[in-house]
Amino acid sequence: MKTCLLVDDSRVIRKVARRILEDLGFDVAEAGDGAEALAWCRAMMPDAILLDWNMPVMGGLDFLKRLRQEPGGSIPKVVFCSVENDLDRIREALDGGADEFIMKPFDGEIMASKLAAAGCVA
Amino acid sequence: MTPADGAFVAALCARRAGLEVDPVKVYLLESRLAPVARREGFGSAAELLQAIRDRDEERLAWAVVEAMTHPETSFFRDPEVFAALRDQVLPELARGRQGQPVRIWCAACGSGQEVYSLAMMLADAPLGGAPVEFFASDINSRLLEKAQSGLYTQFEVQRGLPARLLVRHFEKRDEMFVISPRIRQMVRWRRVNLAEDITRLGRFEMVLCRNVMTQLTDAAQPVVMKSLVSAVRQGGALVMGAEETVSAALGVSAGAAPGLYTRVAALRAAA
Repeated sequence: MKTCLLVDDSRVIRKVARRILEDLGFDVAEAGDGAEALAWCRAMMPDAILLDWNMPVMGGLDFLKRLRQEPGGSIPKVVFCSVENDLDRIREALDGGADEFIMKPFDGEIMASKLAAAGCVA
Repeated sequence: MTPADGAFVAALCARRAGLEVDPVKVYLLESRLAPVARREGFGSAAELLQAIRDRDEERLAWAVVEAMTHPETSFFRDPEVFAALRDQVLPELARGRQGQPVRIWCAACGSGQEVYSLAMMLADAPLGGAPVEFFASDINSRLLEKAQSGLYTQFEVQRGLPARLLVRHFEKRDEMFVISPRIRQMVRWRRVNLAEDITRLGRFEMVLCRNVMTQLTDAAQPVVMKSLVSAVRQGGALVMGAEETVSAALGVSAGAAPGLYTRVAALRAAA
């Protein structure tokens, strides 16, 4: 089973996203900020990461840049999932190493198609 | 709305556009017609239909027919089809044209996602410099207007459109996203009813008409299919939905992906 690390400081978003990811066949782990997510990745690199942008302690883009420096850090497909919908910010995320970008609010169909575009699901 | 209203709508759609509408699902018809009725200043869908019966007004009748079409709303629907077009079908068509433009017709373009997907694809991977002309048509003039505007909601640009193409080919306009003028200017638009004579449109190197046949009546299907095949130049490509098959008797052979056909022979006149 593929694993997905779900990184978001909102428990509500995590709950909604977890349900969708589980329906898509992922084994889901959760983190509340980038630092926690980095600790997870050092213990076990997931196949996919669903990543919020603005979070306390360490934000999504900082996390992503650090992740890509880690041993094995280029393996996970990273899909940003953020209220950011400014094209310059999306460009910044893609240039920073993200594979796809979801603008909140999202639904199951968008999540599935973005994960497919990132190459995480068939 | 009554069952008689349902039957009236079904007959109207079949006669005007060869559209198959299930008259039994009155609640479904009503939910699609209610916005039309509101827009046209009627109190209900039933009142709208009564007005069409009484006044025989073309514009209102068409508004009802248009509301019954199911447009495609995703970019790059069936990505493997787009990959086959990009890697095999289109380069081959371009070679055959020897510098003449490759003419592509999206016959049921809906709100434009299919034709814009193709246009973005060819803008990013040009056919060795071969010129391409895009024509897009739909029976629904409201959808056609939306397609032409190139304006999409945040939800719409997240259906099938990779984020990299979003940032490359769109700009933000308030809370909407608009496709770049460069892509929009690649396409010419026209309202076309496929159930009518379409020979005046000429011939194309590639015709796309995906997932439309299934929306047509049994009587309209073979007529429309034959017109579509006739609109493809010999050696050209016809792209149908993955589930839609075209009879070899019409002079086509199946291609690289489901729904892809090549026109191999001139259509034989019906005996």
